[in-house]
Amino acid sequence: MKRRKQNTFIFWLFLSPVLFAFVVVIVIPFFLGIFYSFTNWSSSARADSVLTFIGLKNFYRIFRDPSFLYSFLITIIYTFLNVISINVVALVLAVVVTTKLKLRNLYRVGFFIPNLIGGLVLGYVWQFIFNNAIPAIGKAIPLLAGFANANNLILGKVDSSIVALVLVGTWQYAGYIMMIYIAAIEGVPESLIEAATIDGANSFQRFTSITIPMVAQAFTITTFLTLVQSFKQFDINVSLTAGGPSTMFMGKPIFGTELLSLNIYNTAFVANNLAEGQAKAVIFFIVLVIVSIIQVTVNKKKEVEM
Amino acid sequence: MILKKQNLIVLEILTMVLFLLFLFPFVILLINSAKNSFLVTQRPMALPNHWGMILTNIKTIWTNPNIAYPSSFMTSIIVTASSIIVINIFSSQAAWVLVRNNSRTSKIIFIIFVAAMVIPFQIVMFPLLSWYRKIYEITGIRLLRTHIGLIFTYLGFGMSLSIFMFHGFIKSIPYELEEAATIDGCRKDQIFYKILSPLLTPIHATVMILNGIWIWNDYLLPLLILGKGNKVQTIPLAVSNFAGAYVVQWNLILTAILMAIVPIIIFFLAAQKYIISGMVAGSIKS
Repeated sequence: MKRRKQNTFIFWLFLSPVLFAFVVVIVIPFFLGIFYSFTNWSSSARADSVLTFIGLKNFYRIFRDPSFLYSFLITIIYTFLNVISINVVALVLAVVVTTKLKLRNLYRVGFFIPNLIGGLVLGYVWQFIFNNAIPAIGKAIPLLAGFANANNLILGKVDSSIVALVLVGTWQYAGYIMMIYIAAIEGVPESLIEAATIDGANSFQRFTSITIPMVAQAFTITTFLTLVQSFKQFDINVSLTAGGPSTMFMGKPIFGTELLSLNIYNTAFVANNLAEGQAKAVIFFIVLVIVSIIQVTVNKKKEVEM
Repeated sequence: MILKKQNLIVLEILTMVLFLLFLFPFVILLINSAKNSFLVTQRPMALPNHWGMILTNIKTIWTNPNIAYPSSFMTSIIVTASSIIVINIFSSQAAWVLVRNNSRTSKIIFIIFVAAMVIPFQIVMFPLLSWYRKIYEITGIRLLRTHIGLIFTYLGFGMSLSIFMFHGFIKSIPYELEEAATIDGCRKDQIFYKILSPLLTPIHATVMILNGIWIWNDYLLPLLILGKGNKVQTIPLAVSNFAGAYVVQWNLILTAILMAIVPIIIFFLAAQKYIISGMVAGSIKS
């Protein structure tokens, strides 16, 4: 009896610090956040006294807000391109560095390094590359003279800026995803490959009929990882393009490369509209929940098949 | 893949080129940190005339009051180190009692923690600020613009994944060990500190690396909790603040970035193996 009491005491004692942090940092702000999205919440000092419930008005407004719809659209485009680009590059790199190359360990480290450094800091380096280094290369090499023209700056146009975001996103994240693919490829039993070689399969056949199916499990992980990571992208967006250049959408001037996270941030702190920013964040959350539910379902299904 | 010898040589060369292309931004960063403000924009691809210029630039950054590099660096160290220590201690304790307690309460708490990993920072960030302000009004505890507030917030956001990872690891440790100790008259808390803790070293390292890299590089959370341009700044905040203010002085911006990333590269080269395996383990488990 005494032991049981002691166990219960230890149970709550050991849990209390994380429970406390969890409630204060996540649970309370989370429910406050959902509540605020249905009110006229604002940053003015006397906000609490004038807080009124306005139903779905914020949601009604944000779905008529060109900047939000546009951000949603380009975030989907960016996520789509980024997921494909990162996974293709990562898989190719993984396949290459699992061959018998002499310097394969050095390559692995080199491809991985950009991942250690924050997107914010990297974005500034790339901004310098796009705005200064590439035009300089254009000046030096006649074949690339187009890049030297100030009107052709990569970050000067919306389309090429989004490509630039994908490029930097891929450069930063592909090495990390590569490591996951390497783990999967190295998990393929050597004997299986040998057997196929003896049966006369060439390296391409071995790749498509052994390696690919064996790393299929890793695909689920990497796809969702890159999907969520791209959808939440903020740091590179801030430092590389800061949302610019501007463009027109639904007859209104808006930021051309403002991804959802940045749009949510700007709505609250630049446009000073906390309630609408919060409503956008709620939509953002719902999208991520749907993605996670799909992920769990896919994983369950895969487990059954295995 | 098994390749013919000459193909392997071609592949080696191609991979080398790709490798150099991958590191190209770091080369750009390095050569332009050693230029003056004129050369950096006029000849960004050229090698610097005097490598010694890099020291001048470093000195400028070191003493520049806008970036406040020494204090920002200290803040980043304090916040990252304290956060990972706090997260590791509290998460391992919590994971242990959650694994070893079979009650329904225990299972429900664990499921809630895991489910909370879906919650993105964006949905809690605005209410978090007003709520922290309210806490200050009521209790006088200042969580905004302080180290302690930032560390506490990292505990909240870092605990779920950490508990999840400790949980998986502790489950694989046989319970007999703890039973034997109980029979020998060991108190429950002693079992954790004396018997279990030494066994947890590898998972402690993994969780620390995972959280450490995230916290060191994080931008949005410190931006909200500390605010831009205030007294307490982390390195990413200081860099963005500086880059915003000095758009033309690319040589100094790049030097500041170089100084921001050198510590992490050194740390990485020293503990490479653990870092890569730790980060991959984190992704696969989540």
